[in-house]
Amino acid sequence: MRLADFIVIPSVIPELKATDRNGVIRELVQTLADHSALPQEAVETVARSAITRENQGSTGFGKGVAVPHVKHASIPKMVATIGRSSAGVDFAALDRAPVYTVVLLLSPASDPDGHLGAMERIFRHLQRDNFRRFLRQADTREMIQELILEADEMA
Amino acid sequence: MTRAVRTVTIVNREGLHARPVMKFIDLAGTFASTVRLSKVTGPQRHPQPGGTAGEVVDGKSPMEMLLLEAPLGSCLQIVAEGADAEQAVEALAKLIGEGFGEELG
Repeated sequence: MRLADFIVIPSVIPELKATDRNGVIRELVQTLADHSALPQEAVETVARSAITRENQGSTGFGKGVAVPHVKHASIPKMVATIGRSSAGVDFAALDRAPVYTVVLLLSPASDPDGHLGAMERIFRHLQRDNFRRFLRQADTREMIQELILEADEMA
Repeated sequence: MTRAVRTVTIVNREGLHARPVMKFIDLAGTFASTVRLSKVTGPQRHPQPGGTAGEVVDGKSPMEMLLLEAPLGSCLQIVAEGADAEQAVEALAKLIGEGFGEELG
């Protein structure tokens, strides 16, 4: 599996408008719907589920990244997007540090194994200091796209 | 220094996703021993003989543990090293074996 197989690149947000956790999740769910990667009528349910999931345990695993995610029956296929915040967002991360890169992953409820595969791919790259650093600095969609495609090539 | 090893199978439907990982980390953190994990692949998923252990990850790091990609039915080897190694593998194997309290597959 490659990142570009599920990250909907046109929906990537190089500078998030929202400054709080729930707002960021809503903005990212909405951008996926705006790019036809999720039915518009599913936006509210999916955003609320992702927030509920986040309340059960932060997906801010440290090092300035968070990967909010949700599995839900109203999600037709696995899709993800990325939002970047230069100011940083409080995700109640494990290391208590602000989050600058948010990867939102939406998966159909029927495919838990696909979800694990995508999480593996995402964390495989987020483990790398350079990938995290460049992603945090990338302030255009084109730069983020380039990083994703480069990452897929080396994997 | 004691070393203890256990092999367990993932039994919950959704596999080793983020919330079970956090439960594992929280429990692993209560032991002084180091905890390392690897996915075991091989005939009938039995670790020995003929099985091969994959990448080894730190059982106290959530970001590393999500690299295991361990769905329902996968087999994991837990290795603990330290004074409480035996208690650590015992408790951690129990957590996995009970499916982290989630719906079983």
